[in-house]
Amino acid sequence: MSDTVTTPPRRKHYLNVDYGIKSWLLTQDHKRIAILYLISITFFFIIGGVMAALIRVELATPLGDLVEADTYNRLFTAHGVLMVFLFLIPSIPAVLGNFLIPLMIGAKDLAFPKLNLGSWYVYNLGALLMVAALLRGGTDTGWTFYTPYSSTFADSEVILTALGAFVVGFSSIMTGLNFIVTIHRMRAPGLTWFRLPLFVWAHYGTSLIQVLGTPVVAIAILLVAAERLLHIGIFDPALGGDPVLFQHLFWFYSHPAVYIMILPSMGVISELIAAFSRKRIFGYKFVAFSSLAIAVLGFLVWGHHLFVSSQSIYAGLIFSVLSMLVAVPSAVKVFNWTATLYQGSISWQTPMIYALGFIGLFVIGGLTGTMLATLGIDMHVHDTYFVVAHFHYIMVGGAIMGYLGGLHFWWPKITGRMYSVFWSKIAAGLIFVGFNLTFFPQFLLGYMGMPRRYHAYPEEFQILNVLSSAGATILGLGYLLPLIYLFWSMRYGERAGDNPWGAYGLEWETSSPPPTLNFDEPPVVTTEAYDYLSLREKKLA
Amino acid sequence: MSEYITPIRTYLAVFLALMALTTITVAVAFLELGPFNDIAAMGIAITKACLVVLYFMHVRHSSRLTKMVVVAGFLWLFILIAFIMSDYLTRGMISLQGPIG
Amino acid sequence: MQGESSHAFGLAHHFDSFDQQREASYLGMWVFLVTEIMFFGGLFTAYVVYRSGQGAAFAIGSHELDIVLGSINTAVLIGSSLTMALAVWAAQTGRRKAIVAFILATILLGGLFLGIKVVEYSAKFEHHLVPGPNFHWQGPEAPGVEMFFNLYFLMTGLHAAHMVIGIGILLVVAILAWRGSFSPENHNLVEGIGLYWHFVDIVWIFLFPLLYLLGRNIQV
Repeated sequence: MSDTVTTPPRRKHYLNVDYGIKSWLLTQDHKRIAILYLISITFFFIIGGVMAALIRVELATPLGDLVEADTYNRLFTAHGVLMVFLFLIPSIPAVLGNFLIPLMIGAKDLAFPKLNLGSWYVYNLGALLMVAALLRGGTDTGWTFYTPYSSTFADSEVILTALGAFVVGFSSIMTGLNFIVTIHRMRAPGLTWFRLPLFVWAHYGTSLIQVLGTPVVAIAILLVAAERLLHIGIFDPALGGDPVLFQHLFWFYSHPAVYIMILPSMGVISELIAAFSRKRIFGYKFVAFSSLAIAVLGFLVWGHHLFVSSQSIYAGLIFSVLSMLVAVPSAVKVFNWTATLYQGSISWQTPMIYALGFIGLFVIGGLTGTMLATLGIDMHVHDTYFVVAHFHYIMVGGAIMGYLGGLHFWWPKITGRMYSVFWSKIAAGLIFVGFNLTFFPQFLLGYMGMPRRYHAYPEEFQILNVLSSAGATILGLGYLLPLIYLFWSMRYGERAGDNPWGAYGLEWETSSPPPTLNFDEPPVVTTEAYDYLSLREKKLA
Repeated sequence: MSEYITPIRTYLAVFLALMALTTITVAVAFLELGPFNDIAAMGIAITKACLVVLYFMHVRHSSRLTKMVVVAGFLWLFILIAFIMSDYLTRGMISLQGPIG
Repeated sequence: MQGESSHAFGLAHHFDSFDQQREASYLGMWVFLVTEIMFFGGLFTAYVVYRSGQGAAFAIGSHELDIVLGSINTAVLIGSSLTMALAVWAAQTGRRKAIVAFILATILLGGLFLGIKVVEYSAKFEHHLVPGPNFHWQGPEAPGVEMFFNLYFLMTGLHAAHMVIGIGILLVVAILAWRGSFSPENHNLVEGIGLYWHFVDIVWIFLFPLLYLLGRNIQV
């Protein structure tokens, strides 16, 4: 970053305030830590993506001709573990949330800056354990580590991968804890709860899940490791133990964990819809509370993962009904976004394309979710590609669309530069098309009965699988493009200005990139969030 | 908003109450009370925990937010145990026998 | 830092006042303790589930534990909570030497607790009641009794690990207190470790009846 032509005196911001590797590795600035996270998660997204590509290549033909069955097991496990623990869960919170929450609430930093930096190191330590497991041959249990296979029978690197997930979990807890305290205690004068951007509300809900759920999966994983290491039988039926108890403890976290991925994305979408419709979000309070409702309800539904795991049929009924309830706050969001678009002055900027793509994909993912929550249907499609397609619509179609939309929206704030509008729109289009082509055929495959986690399949499934693999190629290209033009923009992009979108919010009132302490003057808030009406009047006057 | 300082005699009173409750719970454990053995032991433990939380940990004189955080913590533990038990306690209700009970 | 000369010693740059800093630290500590509740919660859940299936075996197991040592340890830990609370009181009222004295008393009682725990554990080793390949139980309900001891060692072991960490932090805090790092405005570290120590006490308040007392009334 050595710009040659600069007009003196050069403005100091968080990127140029200090140089050298040490100033990054020991930084306590939430913005720099967000960049560190961005680098880490991008790295693991690429590795996880390569795993996905290998899976799709294998599945292009019915025969298992590329990899052995056992290698295939290790592949999809690595894909799941890396994508879930090292990419999706930290993606929006640790990068965009980390960067933006203090800016959005007018604070100088998160409440615990050292804890924030610590969380990044803990994340990398966990990641290192997982990489070590990979290099030693990988794990073949699936990312869910189900007992008794993981505890007794699996002959792969279960302990290393499990401990990696355990350690990464703590970094997630640290982030969540930091956000909760920051949102409660660091808001600028005048910034009441109902003036907060919905992005902040969504992150508050996310943080509740991280704090309340993660410790439970941590202890569950620790018990599996203890069972393997010390040869004691916690989940061993021979001692009256129950392997299904592991599934309970695992999904108590891992179902809400899906909301750790999707809630922040919903927060991003609220910001994008408001900014590019030039309107206050319709039913602001409903959208705000729906984030909390999703966070709370998310803890009451995990049993729908155990419908065919010898869970009591009565518990299954309760979990089935409760699972449907999650559709209510989710629908509140979708309807209110749609209502916001109505009569808004919509501009088709790149982030907005992602936002609209998100709504479409999330609706498909959500509605198939209600189908799966139905006890009777789930019996039929459990562990088929129908489930795989469903959760990819949520976790890729939902979470990653939101992540990329947000990254494109705040990129000028983060770097002070604008990326190529042309290429970014091409990429957004490719991703939308490629995604649907990859995963929609999987709904059909699953409904026809193709089970997940097999490297070979009967010939009648080939056409749809080839379509899916072709889509994955387009999707991969779509993901590659932003990597190139965003990188390119850091050096050659146009200078963006402080508020290139004319958006409303505290983060747009400071300079781009922001100074180390975020604001030159401590902000005082006197208006509601998304007050685009007054912004327009101000401009006219 | 300055900090509330608990007087020493409150700490001592709480300490004595905790010791008394410990003695009672040990004594009660040897009596034959049927299901009330478990209820008494848990009731006393919850009382002791409340004393520690309210006085030693200053929650009684803390903000409403702190009280909410504490309640949420125990409420979520309750959700975890209650929902899991809703599975185990109803497994025997159909003729197929689960791994437990 | 951009002209932050008004910032008092001990107040971090991103806080506006000691009150804000204290409230953030207090809230943060409580949120952390909530994660600890859920962490231990997984083990408590396993206990509830398995005991509901094999109450008789768990009653047999509880008879194998030393109720006298268990009761003494409960008293010791409650005593350490008292001294910890008094250390926080000393910090609030600015009594430097009293902070150090009360923390040292807490460490001492914590050490006593761990010492007694070691005596209990070694008795279990001698009787082959430690889970794993060497577990050996002649009496009835052998699988359930082994599960009881699995949980006994995991729960008390995790609890003891928390105490060891707590004692380590207390040592550091004692040194800082001796150097006069705390004042009535700024003693978040003492308050924070105090909350942690009381939490560890609460865990034991539940572990003691669950492991040592329940089933005592049943003849085995």
